[in-house]
Amino acid sequence: MLAYIIRRIVQSALVLLVVGLTAFSMFRFVGDPIDNMLGQERTAADIERLREQLGLDQSFPVQYFKFLQEAAQGNFGMSYRQGRPVAEILMERAPATLELAAVSGALAIIFGIAFGVFTAIRRNGFLANFIMSASLVGVSLPTFLIGILLIYIFSVELGWLPSFGRGDTVQIGGWSTGLLTATGLKALILPSITLGLYQMTLIMRLVRSEMLEVLRQDYIRFARARGLHDRAINFRHALKNTMVPVITVIGLQLGAIIAFAIITETVFQWPGVGLLFINAVQFVDIPVMAAYLMLISVMFVGINLIVDILYFFIDPRLRVDRAGGH
Amino acid sequence: MSDTVLSIRELSVEIPTHTGIVKPVDGVSYDICAGEILGIVGESGAGKSMAGNAVIGLLSPPAHIAAGEIWLNGSRIDALEGEDMRRLRGKQIGMVFQDPLTSLNPLLSIGDQLTETMLTHLDISRGEADRRAIAALEEVGIPGAAERIDSYPHEFSGGMRQRVVIALALCAEPSLIIADEPTTALDVSVQAQIIALLKRLCRDRGTAVMLITHDMGVIAEAADRVGVMYAGRLVELGAVRDVLTAPQHPYTHGLMASTPLASQGKARLHQIEGAMPRLNKVPEGCPFHPRCAYARDKCRVAPGPKIADGRTACWFPLVAEKAS
Ligand SMILES: Nc1ncnc2c1ncn2[C@@H]1O[C@H](COP(=O)(O)OP(=O)(O)OP(=O)(O)O)[C@@H](O)[C@H]1O
Ligand SMILES: [Mg+2]
Repeated sequence: MLAYIIRRIVQSALVLLVVGLTAFSMFRFVGDPIDNMLGQERTAADIERLREQLGLDQSFPVQYFKFLQEAAQGNFGMSYRQGRPVAEILMERAPATLELAAVSGALAIIFGIAFGVFTAIRRNGFLANFIMSASLVGVSLPTFLIGILLIYIFSVELGWLPSFGRGDTVQIGGWSTGLLTATGLKALILPSITLGLYQMTLIMRLVRSEMLEVLRQDYIRFARARGLHDRAINFRHALKNTMVPVITVIGLQLGAIIAFAIITETVFQWPGVGLLFINAVQFVDIPVMAAYLMLISVMFVGINLIVDILYFFIDPRLRVDRAGGH
Repeated sequence: MSDTVLSIRELSVEIPTHTGIVKPVDGVSYDICAGEILGIVGESGAGKSMAGNAVIGLLSPPAHIAAGEIWLNGSRIDALEGEDMRRLRGKQIGMVFQDPLTSLNPLLSIGDQLTETMLTHLDISRGEADRRAIAALEEVGIPGAAERIDSYPHEFSGGMRQRVVIALALCAEPSLIIADEPTTALDVSVQAQIIALLKRLCRDRGTAVMLITHDMGVIAEAADRVGVMYAGRLVELGAVRDVLTAPQHPYTHGLMASTPLASQGKARLHQIEGAMPRLNKVPEGCPFHPRCAYARDKCRVAPGPKIADGRTACWFPLVAEKAS
């Protein structure tokens, strides 16, 4: 098992290198930051000086290598726009995004699995059919539209919930949390529904179809023939087998939630890293963009690693064969 | 007989389809006594599994019991539903399926699957269940049962898994076992062992067994009596020795002649002309008459006598020398 994990970590590191390279080289073509940083009255000498200062005069591999070297130490350079260390800015912004993503992810997983199991067990029930039809809306409406609809209903018309921002936050160590204040929690509701809805419907539909497949298996029939309770058959026997393929997708979807946060954060002016990224793109703030992409890929890769390790605990067939079987 | 465990009376199973109602089981009656093994044979699609599933209440809709009665240890069970039926399964009726590779849940250890079955039906403690699980594995001949109790199904070979399945079917001490082709999916070399195991365990405990199979060899080896099914009907029922050596129904006769066991020494296997009718096109009268060499006018109009009155549902049972 240890060897397996080490192998996966090495693979993950390789993936990060490639992502870093892609991100880094891509940014060379999005525009020249010098244009934004210097005003109209710039001289050729100014430009040259700044270029040198930022290291932009060096060759591409040298720039990339330096970037990696610094990044490994948690140093992503200075933001061109804000003139502060990127790491500091990210640390400031990350809690907002992570809290939003965590709440959305939890909603998506809990309701996705619950609805998926329900609609599979009560396959022909009225409520199950209703949920299935309603879920089509979640899959087909674009995220920003859902966000705007929710704002229109709950903020504009009903006035129950705030339409933008994070509410009040509390500092705990270096982490600013909105989970401990009433306004913070209220502010979290609409964005997390907006962000989690698509993933929830996806997980629900997947759980449902996998569960229906599992319920057709011989071992479920045999479990019934042994007179086990429906509860044990549905949750102990069927759900566990359903989760094997579902976990992979859930892992990928959690990564997607963090990535999709960009849209939700823009709609709700949520002060997270997604909004930071959008602003950075407008300004061609390369260090911020690069750091953001690296952060996102670290999360993707980390989640994948966790998923792979989870498999070990769920599926005995992946563990080392004790008896050899056949 | 007083120790009759299972009694099926005029059982019919129906499936509504687009083209009309089909009857995979049609007016079947038989009894199985404690400690007795009743073999059920017949070609594929004859309704053997349907009859077994009807008894344990596991017909998959839209198939349902349309008529007849099923009695288990003196109580009628064909109308039981939900919880009442669930309590019977495993506790009073055990079932062994064809494919041991797919019958066990791959994610649960065999010990867990055994104990959960016992704890569902028996009023015993967790520790007692663990102890009995090991004993059950020992009984079905799993070497090193105590060490292997936490193993997962994939760590066993096919034959060993079928032993585990049998242990599972028997662990709550049911009075009836329905074994639906328990050896068909297994290697020829282990088939005989599994049949011998099933036979020994059921003899020891006095469990009644419905042994569904295609294999006349299995019947000859294990069963006390045998019932022959054709197109949903029971066409012959009797002691194994009688039915195998002197079949009275022309279909049984053809079936015997077409298996290697009965035709040992003969130049080649006999084959019954034609094919079993599709269930939506079962002919009038005796369902076998279009393929029967001895069919007469009566066979074409009247469905054959009730088997309860004799050994066979044939109007003109073969006598020994005709069947030679
Ligand atoms: N949903 C259905 N609609 C129509 N006919 C069906 C349906 N399900 C099963 N049947 C028919 O029921 C009949 C009985 O099937 P059953 O499984 O009992 O046969 P069997 O004797 O066990 O055969 P085998 O030896 O292949 O297992 C078959 O002829 C099959 O075609
Ligand atoms: Mg069958």
